[in-house]
Amino acid sequence: MSSKKTPGINSTSTADIAFLLLCYFLMSSSMGSQSGLSRRLPPMPAENQQLEDQKVNRRNIIVVRINSSDRLFAGSEPMDISQLKDRIKVFLTNPNNDPDLPERKLTAIEGLGEEYPVSQGVISLQNDRGTSYQAYIAVQNELVKAINELRDEFSLARYGKVFTALDEDTQEIVKDAIPQNISEAEPVDIGNRR
Amino acid sequence: MSKFSKRPREDAPGISTASMSDIVFMLLFFFMVTTQLRETENMVQVNTPEASEVVKLVRKDLNSYINIGPPIRSLQAQYGNEPRIQLNDAFRSTTDIRDFIAAERESRSEGDRQFMTVSIRADQNVRMGIITDVKQELRRCSALNIMYSARKPAHLE
Repeated sequence: MSSKKTPGINSTSTADIAFLLLCYFLMSSSMGSQSGLSRRLPPMPAENQQLEDQKVNRRNIIVVRINSSDRLFAGSEPMDISQLKDRIKVFLTNPNNDPDLPERKLTAIEGLGEEYPVSQGVISLQNDRGTSYQAYIAVQNELVKAINELRDEFSLARYGKVFTALDEDTQEIVKDAIPQNISEAEPVDIGNRR
Repeated sequence: MSKFSKRPREDAPGISTASMSDIVFMLLFFFMVTTQLRETENMVQVNTPEASEVVKLVRKDLNSYINIGPPIRSLQAQYGNEPRIQLNDAFRSTTDIRDFIAAERESRSEGDRQFMTVSIRADQNVRMGIITDVKQELRRCSALNIMYSARKPAHLE
């Protein structure tokens, strides 16, 4: 009877609608990117095991303390946070072979081809229960910054690139040469000890 | 030279855009499947501290979050404004962390379990006491890979 053709639905705008949705998901999926400071906790000693006195030479350890009013002490001297990075760098490099600073032990590193004097220094970070999280992270950040700068210096001298520009295997070599020895010791109440 | 101009000018055939929507839909489905919208609601205010040396998280799917901070405004009448620990979508205490970690471990495939990371998202004004408790509990559960959530200072971005 009726020879009228049904008009087709105009579908040119579906692409636009889909683009709109696409843009929404593109934006929302990249927004929640997480960043932070990565750490590895030491394993808990077993209950019955006596806490052994770890024989770390006195010169090899620097105690960084933050007390309950967010004051910083590095190696028992009060210090501003802006000085901490340089103090740690001197501690880890020991440029003048000071007998009070950590020894550097010649270690063969796989892939480096020669022995490199690896610093034996350990940074021991202690905090009080009343320390604010902000101050704690600021100190953690300075410690990482000191180590990152040392790694960059090492990478530039050896490979002519900064640490992050190196490939993964080379990064491992640099990590072996300049280890990140930050120990978050057993919690002690600094406030009560004095 | 004359090779190109010899042909008589005719209307270039229009490119059919009918398949464009199909292509875009395909992209759309891809992003819809891969995107992870936040599945839990924040019940604590978390203003993460700033740190310049932050690194990006490599695998987001292997991450579990522990939020620590004062309860949000609407819950302060009920819970006060002392910092609390939020696991999934409820306030918990440090003793519940063990179960939380066990459940998180269970939900990951066996090969991935050793790479699991616990992200501590704590407010910058929280005291270290509560975080030390959490850290000790995590050590007891041998969930040793942790990450202190922090953001890059605005001027370095």
